[in-house]
Amino acid sequence: MTDGVATTAGLSPAGRAWRALRANRAGSVAGTVLLVLYALAALAPFLAPYDEGDMDRLRFFHPSMPVHAGGWVEVTRPAAGAVNAYETVPGARAPLRWFVKGAPWKLLGLVPSDRHLFGVDAPARVYLFGADAMGRDVFSRLLYGAQVSLTVGLVGILISFTLGLLLGGLAGYLGGWVDTLVMRSAEVFLSIPALYLIVALRAAFPAHLSSRQVYVAIVVVLAFVGWASLARVIRGMVLSIRRAEYVLAAEALGMSRARVLVRHILPNTASFVIVAATVAVPGYILGEVFLSFLGMGVQEPAASWGNMLGAARSVSVLRDHPWLLFAPGAAIFVTVMTFHVFGDALRDALDPRQESGGRP
Amino acid sequence: MSDQPLLDVRDLRVHYPIRQGVFSRVTGQVRAVDGVSFTIGKGETLGLVGESGCGKTTTGRAILRLVEPTSGTVRFGGEDVTALDRASLRRMRRRMQIVFQDPYSSLNPRLTVGSMLGEALEIHDLARGQAAQDRIAELLRTVGLSPDHARRYPHEFSGGQRQRIGIARALAVEPEFLVLDEPVSALDVSIQAQVVNLLQELQERFGLTYLFVAHDLSVVEHISTRVAVMYLGRIVEIASRDALYGDARHPYTKALLSAAPVPDPTRRSERIVLTGDVPSPAQPPQGCRFHPRCFVAQADPAKLERCRAAEPELREIAPGHWVSCHHA
Repeated sequence: MTDGVATTAGLSPAGRAWRALRANRAGSVAGTVLLVLYALAALAPFLAPYDEGDMDRLRFFHPSMPVHAGGWVEVTRPAAGAVNAYETVPGARAPLRWFVKGAPWKLLGLVPSDRHLFGVDAPARVYLFGADAMGRDVFSRLLYGAQVSLTVGLVGILISFTLGLLLGGLAGYLGGWVDTLVMRSAEVFLSIPALYLIVALRAAFPAHLSSRQVYVAIVVVLAFVGWASLARVIRGMVLSIRRAEYVLAAEALGMSRARVLVRHILPNTASFVIVAATVAVPGYILGEVFLSFLGMGVQEPAASWGNMLGAARSVSVLRDHPWLLFAPGAAIFVTVMTFHVFGDALRDALDPRQESGGRP
Repeated sequence: MSDQPLLDVRDLRVHYPIRQGVFSRVTGQVRAVDGVSFTIGKGETLGLVGESGCGKTTTGRAILRLVEPTSGTVRFGGEDVTALDRASLRRMRRRMQIVFQDPYSSLNPRLTVGSMLGEALEIHDLARGQAAQDRIAELLRTVGLSPDHARRYPHEFSGGQRQRIGIARALAVEPEFLVLDEPVSALDVSIQAQVVNLLQELQERFGLTYLFVAHDLSVVEHISTRVAVMYLGRIVEIASRDALYGDARHPYTKALLSAAPVPDPTRRSERIVLTGDVPSPAQPPQGCRFHPRCFVAQADPAKLERCRAAEPELREIAPGHWVSCHHA
């Protein structure tokens, strides 16, 4: 647009949606926050001062420590005669050092490095968000946990929505026994309470798996539960779209049924699917939290927001070490809220009625 | 016109089952099209008129098998379309195309005009690469659009332009026969004339044969060589255009003609106003389907008796002029 006037002429539907999304302030903020969250997760090993499993048996339940102006933290030691209580060493300062050497890690599993953004010289430790029952740094675990919690939703959505789109699309377009078969099975899935179904499906996998296998198992379980409701909505949309005249026109041109479905029918459910996916992501994040909370998810020492929250289950922990609840709780809250706000904004942006220029 | 008509429709029926209850038992049939027969010669235009719900759109779609006919035959160029398997049907579809009524829902909002037309070429392997681009440009020029329009999306066009795109899409596969399903009903009157003129021009240029479905008698009069009038799933009168407009014999046709506005304030028209609504095609009246609303039958109890008793056959009362009425 050389004249700088906003116009939708010559823009694809996606281009118009992008413009509308950018114009929505809440949506832009949510989108930015999501990008930051995913960047934090991707860079977790660099940003975290310690490895997720790095324990310090002398500092169980160490409370969070403030960073003082000038970039230093206090040096602490266990208080004499008290359990899980710490006192500062008078006069001692542990300055934060930047780009320190530490535990080796690989960026995205590829680029090896041993540098961390910050750290303090041993034997002092820095606990920005406190330590857990094993003396592990909650801040570091939160970053590592984000890798699980933030991707479980995306991968799960990818699987369940592919299934839902395909099955719902076939059921709606072909009708007959395909429709009956797909829809009755979807109803069976939907009639079982989701949480019981998740637990039952998890039980189908061996109890002791490596953390990577558990991750895959969780995604598969959640995706298996999630496809049915989407398939049902997609089927309904396909039923109406298949009577649209442009679908009849494609059939009249002699296009094969598979091609009509993939090229003319399913793309026209896209705006719904994109929004539904965004809104469904929190469900997957909470599903992982639920499984890990019950101890059926990601196993310690690997971190996930769910098993971090699971560690904060007892009243004594809540009373004495509330940071174990607040840190993962706040992370889950922010992520889920952000996805919802972003989904709302996306829905508005993709709604053709929002545009000037009349009928879609 | 050769002896062998291009399109020969015999006793075409499309019935939709009415399903009810948990087990989807079939409790009745909607007889959308109930025994329609007609022929169209090469280069001819048959106008098909009737009220909404009379089955004229379904007839057009059943000929292309966009709706599966319940029974009857459709012969196109001597080949029975209703008996074709999937593969032969796809080949046949290159020869017969359709233009839809609603220029908004007949174009996929997510495809550019160019990819829409390119797709039509691709299906039948008519052109690829640069040849396809040239052909798309040519098609757009043929229907009075600019080749630049290929890059645009449907929402950037007006209703009349969209209808032209729909016509270009149908022409892309070089068909011989077009079903025009109320192609101008959704357009402004000024645009209607342009599109009708374009259709006539294309017919002459490519030797096309048309089935022109409409509810507007004046448009049909302008474009048709012959006209068929449908009522409740059946053809009640079929004749050459001049015979039908000059000498309508069926009471329903007379009523339709009298209701059409005539742009001439000096001419006094005697309007025949039909009473009642169109009966449900699930339960058509006994005997003549039109008798409950027919001013001829209702005026004369003796005639009414016969109309109730027997359904009139379509009979030829003058060469090429067929009427289904006991009293015509």
